Amino acid sequence: MARILVQEAEFDIAAEMAALTAGRTDIGALASFTGICRADDGLAAMVLEHYPAMTERAMARIAAQAEARWPLTGCTVIHRVGRLPPGAPIVLVLTASNHRSAALEACAFLMDWLKTRAPFWKREEFTAGLTRWVEARAEDDAAAQRW
Amino acid sequence: MQILYFAWVREKTGRGGEEITLPAEVRDVGGLMRHLAALTPGHAAAFANPALIRAAINQDFARADDLVTNGDEVAFFPPVTGG
Repeated sequence: MARILVQEAEFDIAAEMAALTAGRTDIGALASFTGICRADDGLAAMVLEHYPAMTERAMARIAAQAEARWPLTGCTVIHRVGRLPPGAPIVLVLTASNHRSAALEACAFLMDWLKTRAPFWKREEFTAGLTRWVEARAEDDAAAQRW
Repeated sequence: MQILYFAWVREKTGRGGEEITLPAEVRDVGGLMRHLAALTPGHAAAFANPALIRAAINQDFARADDLVTNGDEVAFFPPVTGG
């Protein structure tokens, strides 16, 4: 069972990694991905909206897919919502396995599917006062299709 | 039935959701979108291009030809952009 969290608060990457491996001697590989808010084009903040009743369920379903496809011994997915300034971490994916290929592939899979199958929407706020909804990218759909 | 809107669909309709009674002639998600589009000018703007809208029935992603019933929670939103 993966650890799935949707929260406004920042996450502690080291603590999450430690929690996944504590007391375990069967984990040979721990892969991680952290998505971070960039300051493109004068971005002041990224505001993440989600569909609360659906979000954790969709994330759990995606994680269950990863666990069915790769021999994972641990999995953590944390996605933040609310207003995030440039430099702030947005999403954390941790995958543990006996060997690195499973951990790395499952981590990439989870990110590709999170981007295209979990109900989050990003709105960009710029220093000039303009706001803009981020549009879905065809590259993200293509990346999700390859699995 | 409970209708929910997210992101720019919420902004264009001017509301986060609404309770409606499903008209007898509306059978599927696509029909529900056409029904909602007629409610206000904001709804018409939100649903002007159905190809840009995604939907979920009872918190599962749905397609335009998926059937809806009066007890469902149906959400409309743009393609997701998390991660």
